[in-house]
Amino acid sequence: MCGIVGLFLKKDALHPHLGDMLTDMLITMTDRGPDSAGIAIYGEAGDGLKITLQSDTPEVDFAGLKEDLSETLCVPLTLKRVDTHAVLTVPIQAKDAAVAALEDRGLRVMGAGTSMEIYKEVGLPKDVAARFGIREMGGSHGIGHTRMATESAVTTLGAHPFSTADDQCLVHNGSLSNHNQMRRTLARKGVFTKTENDTEVGAAYIASRIEDGTPLGEALEGTLDDLDGFFTFVTGTRNGFGVVRDPIACKPAVMAETDDYVAFASEYRAFADLPGIETARVWEPEPATVYFWER
Amino acid sequence: MNVLDASEISLRDINTTLQNAANTRRNEAYEIVNPRGSHAIAVGLDGPISVTIKGSTGYYCAGMNKDASVTVEGSAGPGVAENMMSGVVTIEGDASQYAGATGHGGLLNIKGNASSRCGISMKGIDIVVHGNIGHMSAFMAQKGNLVVLGDAGDALGDSLYEAQLFVRGSVKSLGADCVEKEVRPEHLELLADLLKQAGADASPQEFRRYGSARELYNFNIDHAGEY
Repeated sequence: MCGIVGLFLKKDALHPHLGDMLTDMLITMTDRGPDSAGIAIYGEAGDGLKITLQSDTPEVDFAGLKEDLSETLCVPLTLKRVDTHAVLTVPIQAKDAAVAALEDRGLRVMGAGTSMEIYKEVGLPKDVAARFGIREMGGSHGIGHTRMATESAVTTLGAHPFSTADDQCLVHNGSLSNHNQMRRTLARKGVFTKTENDTEVGAAYIASRIEDGTPLGEALEGTLDDLDGFFTFVTGTRNGFGVVRDPIACKPAVMAETDDYVAFASEYRAFADLPGIETARVWEPEPATVYFWER
Repeated sequence: MNVLDASEISLRDINTTLQNAANTRRNEAYEIVNPRGSHAIAVGLDGPISVTIKGSTGYYCAGMNKDASVTVEGSAGPGVAENMMSGVVTIEGDASQYAGATGHGGLLNIKGNASSRCGISMKGIDIVVHGNIGHMSAFMAQKGNLVVLGDAGDALGDSLYEAQLFVRGSVKSLGADCVEKEVRPEHLELLADLLKQAGADASPQEFRRYGSARELYNFNIDHAGEY
């Protein structure tokens, strides 16, 4: 199964409540997948680039990391530690050097962007959200995922969201059946994945299309031709989110819109606590159709 | 009016209460408040009882319904009125995928739109959809009537048996072995009755009828690609 939620706030006044609202939505979806949970949250864009990194041994790896990186990169930087994750902020032009320095140290880069931070771990949504203090996080929009693992092991790297490009990420409900073939195709282009996971291949496919200069909307349309299997994809972007479902569309999806927000979820249940849901416009996105809600 | 609050009473207790009330055959009225999209509300009712759900429901609402009248004052999630036997299930809003799947009898009245696979494998149920229906509706439908006041999506009636499909609007595409058929007086009479039962404001003359060409009933090697 898997459960997906997304929330896009139209009014600035609601921004401080984003993490709280998104956490409630994701917890409601817990019984669609209890294996791992993750959230991509889009906060205020600062001057620098935020790189979310993860370590299984944060006590060891994060100790002295900031000083160490300052010395290696020779740029002004900040490091905010959150449980097993940390957000490193560096000048945008220092991204490649920073990512290389982090990977040299065996740290996992979950994603990067001017506003996006990604938090994901094995466990129930309520526990994962509490570990990272998601409820306290504000922002303009975010997407979340709770996983019932099918195609690969229950690990942090197998958790969603997967980053597809700076400030872009992907969550998936479904399973892809041609992911091994696509993984080989992408490898021939020099695009490598880190796990056996099918969704990571979907994310890598979209990332590679974007790298080739394809706009995100067209890259999502490309999934309809090039990926075989079941999927409802939600992609987070700097300005909002996009949705695409495979032509068979057996993986559920429902949307709600009011003057205050646009919400996405696998099931209506996730909307039950949203303000004004009784009078919201509620509908199902059409199959094989790419939608975007952006500011 | 008996009111059951789904935010205070467990789903199992709500369904047990409704099923017991249905079994008494006293045609009592119940109201379920705060459904909050929960799954499997008002399933397995076997007797005359009237249930009104004040809000939207999740998966499998009113499944296996027999004799009961269930109204959802909101939208319904996937599989509403699945395998319904008789009675009436009314959805004031939209219904998600496979509404009325495998239904044997009774009336499923959807005031909004229905999603994909509406009436899949229906076996005698009547379904009236006041809005549109999604792709692959009435797939392998065996018996009963599907009436759509709006438009139908792709592959309507694919691999259809003897169910009759009536669509007032456009049909995006017909599925394998589904063809348009002439509307005869008995069909107008049937439509008039179903539209009246559903409280639908439409004239029987505005509908086109689709049914099985019966070409797939016996295996023919030339049709291998159609299966």
